[in-house]
Amino acid sequence: MSTATIPDPSGTTEATARTRAALTGADGARRRKDRTMTVLIWSAFVVAMAPLVSLIWTVLSNGAARISMDFLSLSMRNIFGGDPSGGIYHAIVGTLIITALATVISVPVGLLAAIYLVEYGKGVLARAVTFFVDVMTGIPSIVAGLFAVSLFTLFLGPGVRMGVIGAVALSVLMIPVVVRSCEEMLKLVPNELREASYALGVPKWLTIVKVVLRTSVAGLTTGILLAVARVIGETAPLLVTVGVTDSINFDPFEGRMMTLPVFAYRQYSQGQATCPGGESATCVADIAIQNAWGAALVLIVLVLALNLIGRLVNRWFSPKLR
Amino acid sequence: MTTTVSPPPERAPGRPRRRGRTTDRGFNRAFRWIAVGAGVLILAVLAAVAVFLLQQAWPALTAGSDELAASVPRYPDDTSLLEYVGPLVFGTLLAAALALALATPVAMGIALFISHYAPPRLSQVLGYLVDLLAAVPSVIYGLWGIFVLGPAALPVWEWLNSWFGWFPLFAGPVSPTSRVLATVAVVLAVMILPIITAVAREVFLQTPKLHEEAALALGATRWEMVRTAVLPFGRSGVISAAMLGLGRALGETMAVLMILSPGFLYSFKILDSSQQQTIAAYIALDFPEASGLAVNTLIATGLVLFVITLAVNMGARAIVARRKEFSGAN
Repeated sequence: MSTATIPDPSGTTEATARTRAALTGADGARRRKDRTMTVLIWSAFVVAMAPLVSLIWTVLSNGAARISMDFLSLSMRNIFGGDPSGGIYHAIVGTLIITALATVISVPVGLLAAIYLVEYGKGVLARAVTFFVDVMTGIPSIVAGLFAVSLFTLFLGPGVRMGVIGAVALSVLMIPVVVRSCEEMLKLVPNELREASYALGVPKWLTIVKVVLRTSVAGLTTGILLAVARVIGETAPLLVTVGVTDSINFDPFEGRMMTLPVFAYRQYSQGQATCPGGESATCVADIAIQNAWGAALVLIVLVLALNLIGRLVNRWFSPKLR
Repeated sequence: MTTTVSPPPERAPGRPRRRGRTTDRGFNRAFRWIAVGAGVLILAVLAAVAVFLLQQAWPALTAGSDELAASVPRYPDDTSLLEYVGPLVFGTLLAAALALALATPVAMGIALFISHYAPPRLSQVLGYLVDLLAAVPSVIYGLWGIFVLGPAALPVWEWLNSWFGWFPLFAGPVSPTSRVLATVAVVLAVMILPIITAVAREVFLQTPKLHEEAALALGATRWEMVRTAVLPFGRSGVISAAMLGLGRALGETMAVLMILSPGFLYSFKILDSSQQQTIAAYIALDFPEASGLAVNTLIATGLVLFVITLAVNMGARAIVARRKEFSGAN
């Protein structure tokens, strides 16, 4: 919409100035209120940024000291008490494998569902899918974990813990996020491109694969990376599905795995270690807390990197439509 | 878009071109069914969550109270499952309500800031910054809450107690550990800020420009414009945003688990430790060591949480969906 510009009918600048003074200067209380609200609204933003800055600073300052080559490349196998020689390699491996598996499950389902909603969706089914995808984004993560446990208990019996159960739990959380963001991206593809493709006699499925997906690939990548960033830090569902271990496990279909968030939680809940001979190079009393901060730092770096890469991919590689 | 009038198709005389009226054949049809299948699969997953939880919770739902007391740790004698879950539901609702009360005003402020107050060039970046709050893993919020926020908030809790101790929420004694529901509520509020902000921001941005300009033209200050044009337009959106935030706060596990010192009371004392516990934290605390009927009981409590959050989320989404159809924006 455009606002019509009305030319000043006469040179009554003095009159307009008087009017303006009458309008703006009439009521000091109103202006004060306006100022107050402006300050309040600015401060709301500052209030929200304070925890973010404080949190990132805390993680950086507490975690940086613990990061070393050993910390990143060793597991916690046979590490007891205050022994500071353990590391988080097993947790990194577990997090990467489980998240990758969850991504492999979620992306095809989520992307196809988004294609359905944008390209085919009409009627009751599409409305139901849209609505329940939104509802699914609100499923508590622990409930997703319990669902995966229930599902696998039915087939494998009770008490089973393995990586793939965690991946299923994470995909329940990830699929709706993928659908949402992919749907937004596919909607951005201009209809003219589709119509041009149809006009050339290209069948619909090929149009979708070669035109729609190709045009939006940068946006889709962003959406998927952000979805991965969302689930990579999930703790509760992994705590109930994958369990904990101190050893390296590469096989998501066999045995427990450790993941970074669960590692941070476990180390935190271990609390202080007892050092009989006092603090020394082989016994540090608060090593568990230090480990937790170290794992937190690695985790937050992963999450922030995924976020950043996601945004940059979209900025650099998305086609300029106009 | 330009449209060109195509010349009428020339047909070979006597040989009308026969084509199927539909192009829905072969690969086209297969691809369509795959896409539809993915959509249906999502509905099936949501249904499966409900069905499997119910199926695994069933043994606990049908077991007698003495049977439960025998096999579930921390299960008091002579209580039905409902009485057992009651305090947990209470704690969950109390924590979520407090978080919501703290987060909603701030989130509305941020949303207004991004949509109407911040320089337009910056608003997208500021939006990303707020979204980053949602990206931080909850276990890190837990660490931060216990080591940074807890000690920092303790003087505030003591001050609240000494001045407003007559109010049930702030009744003493104040726990010196700061592992109390008030600290949890603040952390939860920070965690749900981004979702409330995101939805409210979208709604505020949809305010018809003409309404805003009309308000300004009538001599309204910027705040009066916001109050008379933007806020009434966005009211239902803000309500549903708050409900979505409530849904998040209800299901949040790790922050509560790590910060709160749990108790099983119907207690409003949010400054004292060992008073309340939430469902999600309770499950995460006991599940790793549970076996047999205890697992079923925990899944039953999870089912309760699922039903509550599902109801809240469906309500919120229904409001958003209705608003989309009837809002003045289109």
